[in-house]
Amino acid sequence: MLKFILQRVLSMILVVLIVATATFFMMRMLPSGPFAREKKLPAQIIQNLEARYHLDDPLWKQYIDYMGNLVRGDLGPSFKYTNRTVNSIINDGFPVSATLGVVAVLLSVAIGIPLGIWGALKQNGWQDNFVMFIALLGVSVPNFIMAVLLMLVFGLWLHVLPVAGWGSVTQVILPAFTLAGYPIAFIARLVRSSMIEVLRQEYITTARAKGISERLVILRHALRNILIPVVTVLGPLIASVFTGSFVVEKIFAIPGLGRYYVTSINDRDYTTILGVTIFYSALLVFMNFLVDLTYAWLDPRIRYVERKVS
Amino acid sequence: MDETNLLMRIDGVTTNFHTYAGIVHAVDDMTITVPKDSVVGIVGESGSGKSVTMMSVMRLIPSPPGRIESGHVWFDGATLNMADYVQQEGPNRGMVDLLSLPPEEMMKVRGRHVSMIFQDPMVSLNPVLTIGLQMTESMVAHGIADNEEAWKRAIEMLALVSIPNPEERMRDYPHQYSGGMRQRVMIAMALSCSPELVIADEPTTSLDVTVQAQILELMKELKTKLKSSVIIISHDLSIVAGMADKVVVMYAGRVLEEADVYDLYEKPGHPYTMGLMKSVPRLDADDRERLVPIEGSPPDLLAPPAGCKFAPRCQYAMEICCKQEPPLITIGDGHRARCFLHHPAAPAVPGFVKVE
Repeated sequence: MLKFILQRVLSMILVVLIVATATFFMMRMLPSGPFAREKKLPAQIIQNLEARYHLDDPLWKQYIDYMGNLVRGDLGPSFKYTNRTVNSIINDGFPVSATLGVVAVLLSVAIGIPLGIWGALKQNGWQDNFVMFIALLGVSVPNFIMAVLLMLVFGLWLHVLPVAGWGSVTQVILPAFTLAGYPIAFIARLVRSSMIEVLRQEYITTARAKGISERLVILRHALRNILIPVVTVLGPLIASVFTGSFVVEKIFAIPGLGRYYVTSINDRDYTTILGVTIFYSALLVFMNFLVDLTYAWLDPRIRYVERKVS
Repeated sequence: MDETNLLMRIDGVTTNFHTYAGIVHAVDDMTITVPKDSVVGIVGESGSGKSVTMMSVMRLIPSPPGRIESGHVWFDGATLNMADYVQQEGPNRGMVDLLSLPPEEMMKVRGRHVSMIFQDPMVSLNPVLTIGLQMTESMVAHGIADNEEAWKRAIEMLALVSIPNPEERMRDYPHQYSGGMRQRVMIAMALSCSPELVIADEPTTSLDVTVQAQILELMKELKTKLKSSVIIISHDLSIVAGMADKVVVMYAGRVLEEADVYDLYEKPGHPYTMGLMKSVPRLDADDRERLVPIEGSPPDLLAPPAGCKFAPRCQYAMEICCKQEPPLITIGDGHRARCFLHHPAAPAVPGFVKVE
């Protein structure tokens, strides 16, 4: 097991380094640069700025310097936000996005899984149609529409929740539901179809033939078997939700990490683009690693064991 | 047959499957009696309704599409402890109809009084739960042992079915067991609550031949030790003959013949039974003697033939056989058959013992 984890950690580091390298060079292939303005800056100023940020060094040297800093955990200064480092941008934004993300993921799991089970148990009944309708809605309504609708209903009409902002508990609810809309729908569909599949398995008949309650049949015998596909989608989902959504954070005026993805690219804010991309990919790779560990916990057949000689 | 010694009587059970293509008449007017402390074998080809009958008894028919349309499953009320549902009078006095029990009462019957061993042990155990949990849960659910006690009993049961190192193996998962071992676990599981009736649905079909023999041997041994009645389903007449006291031959959802195992071999009362016996290899046969297959295939249960279901494949079929379904008639002590050849006016057929 230790050997397995060690191997995985090494390969994770490799993946992140490859992502960093690819992003670094692709970014530099983009036309224009961080100091391009509508009103052209004098050549001398640009030269000074480039010297300040070592942009006048040859590309290979910049790359080596950057990677060196990266290994030390230093993502460099932001070009756009003067006096701020990329580390501090992530430090400020990530906790906000992650808080929102945790709530959204909990919502998707807590609502999506029961909805899916309910639909599967009442297959082809009205309950099932209702669940599938919700799922269709959740998948097809874009989050900016969802956000506005939620604001309208709960903020402006019912006056029960604040429409935007960040800082209090109530301000988390609407954006969290907006973020959770798609995952709820997706998980409900997934759980429904795998539940229907699992309920047809012989071991479910065996369990029923033992005379245990239907509740136990579902919760003990079926649930664990359907969690494997759910966990598979949950890993990447968590990574993407934790790092924030540009649209949702923009609409609800939330100071998260999401907006930096978009704005930093427009600004050609090289270090910020690199920083958030590397951070995101590291998180994604780590989540996938957790997914693999969870698999082993859920399904003993894929558990990594030293062969016992019996 | 001694009616006071009755454990279960399946009485006129009809189970249909309502599919898009139409209604599949899987089991039609099924009637079988199971005496206490006996082994009843049910023989038939695939799709003859053997398993569906037993799943109907357990009320585990997936619904929809399946539906038990009519009939009763009378079970000895003395063992069930369900005073409210015991028939007070009539021919089924002292019996409980399993098919009319409320679902929560039926749950108390499953596993506790009637348990099942399934065909394929590779898929009949839950892959993500330990053998220990799967062994103990029915004992715990039926309140005959708490967790700790059930664990101890499960270890004893595993030892009884000859699983080496049972204490250790309780913590293992099904994939760490071989096919034969898993079937032993299934047997141990089915017997863990000492049920009055164990239904074994083709318990050896998916195992390889050497393991088959071991499992059958084990079942015979446990049968004498534990005093449960057993219904053994098989498509293999020789397996049933080796174990059963009484054999029921099924075809197209019907009972074609029901007899004591010796009677069945000595004087088969139905051409289908005769055909089945000719298609089984015999040790005392001549070297060159060929096996005789039954030509054709079972009828489509979506649109079964009008008369005797076996008539299209029967070499002795008469005109009436295709028009009218013969009734199940008594042709000897506990020996019933569904064939017009027993009619006084029917022609004599070689090898066929006709009743007067």
